[in-house]
Amino acid sequence: MLSCISRVHRSTRLNSLTILRNLSKNSPLQFENAENGEKKLSIPQENRFMYQEFLPDPELKFRNQVREKLERSDMIKRRSVIDIPSFFVGSILSVTSADKHDPNKTRKFVGICIQKRYCGLRHEFVLRNVVDNLGIEIAYDMYDPTIHNITVLRLEKRLDDDLLYLRDALPQYSTFPFDMEPEYLLDGAPVPINDIKVKLKPRPWVGRWERKGYKGIDDVDQHITEKMKGQKKKLEEPWEKYDLMKEYRRTIPEEEQEEIFSEVFSELHQLSLSNKKLKKSRVYVKPKKTG
Amino acid sequence: MLITKNVKSLLSRTPSALKLCSDLYHTTPCLHHIKLLTRLRVVDNCEIGRQAMAEGKPPRVIAIYNQTHIGTIGDKVLVAIKGEKKKGIIVGVKKHQKPHIPKTDTNNVVLIDDSGTPLGTRIHVPIPSMLRTILKEKTLSKGADYTKLLAIATTFI
Repeated sequence: MLSCISRVHRSTRLNSLTILRNLSKNSPLQFENAENGEKKLSIPQENRFMYQEFLPDPELKFRNQVREKLERSDMIKRRSVIDIPSFFVGSILSVTSADKHDPNKTRKFVGICIQKRYCGLRHEFVLRNVVDNLGIEIAYDMYDPTIHNITVLRLEKRLDDDLLYLRDALPQYSTFPFDMEPEYLLDGAPVPINDIKVKLKPRPWVGRWERKGYKGIDDVDQHITEKMKGQKKKLEEPWEKYDLMKEYRRTIPEEEQEEIFSEVFSELHQLSLSNKKLKKSRVYVKPKKTG
Repeated sequence: MLITKNVKSLLSRTPSALKLCSDLYHTTPCLHHIKLLTRLRVVDNCEIGRQAMAEGKPPRVIAIYNQTHIGTIGDKVLVAIKGEKKKGIIVGVKKHQKPHIPKTDTNNVVLIDDSGTPLGTRIHVPIPSMLRTILKEKTLSKGADYTKLLAIATTFI
């Protein structure tokens, strides 16, 4: 029994680095709860996915109440200047930003969001696209003042928390035209989950995707050797989902989340309402051809 | 070094110690730095570059002209290609980049001659728009003119 506990503890310590980087990532358990109704009852339940970056880093040595509060107020200030939509890993975005090197002084990039990381003011997302058969990734700081506009072209979720394996997937899965039209969802409709299974290129890969337990990869085992299969099995940690302490350490408790969102929610709500009004007034109807 | 030796001896004796060994050391992912003997991909349509890529023998870096000796976007490199020495400009890197700077899936190079004129007439892939500023700064009066490379680019990103 004792040895079992020590082993669990060791595994948590090993993984602590990855958890640290993932910061306030939400557990799949919480995720399912939010999906199965009760979404309308309590608004903060929804907020922890929509405004994920408002939650601080769960790592205790990085916590600082004053800094967190100042960062939140700065984030609200930035949000009152531009409309930052909520999106998820797997959504397709277009970002227009200032670029001093360009003759027009702006640059537009369209791509699929493959990673969202860091919390607070440093929140960062990575866009990926394939242009002229060359995969390109650009990371953006979400609260960067040089960003002019962030538009969600297609709002959807994927099966995984990050899509870094798209680097080794066939190019068709990360190719998006730059003149893509935005697709709108109905008001209050749930965010669709795209359960596409991605086909990978043959090895060598840039990462050990088979070890991470991604759900969005189509049959990893056909690419890897027998030895790698053995390693994969050895490194599996099926007990991880029962590890309550680990769960506790990598998430922010619900009471604390409520406290944070009660502080910022009224302002966020007003901002989203005013942005909606602005959008409605700006709706452009394409003139129909006559004759 | 000592630890790895111990681990190796342990492994040879007991294969079941693999789990224990994986706790002793870990492997970090590759940094994808461009340094000596890194293979690059020629992305312009010059004859020598096309032949080398078609043969499956992409050029190797044999010198990087900067202080750190790790190549980044806009750096001049000397490459060994098909038994010849050619100079080139790095126009895309695989390694991790700061926000706003594009990161590509391959390490790309465009071959130039000593006066800065590209050997090819077209670049088939998008190149970072920051090259405009970098190459302009590197061009000195009466020296090599690197900005000719920008004229043969098709898309900037």
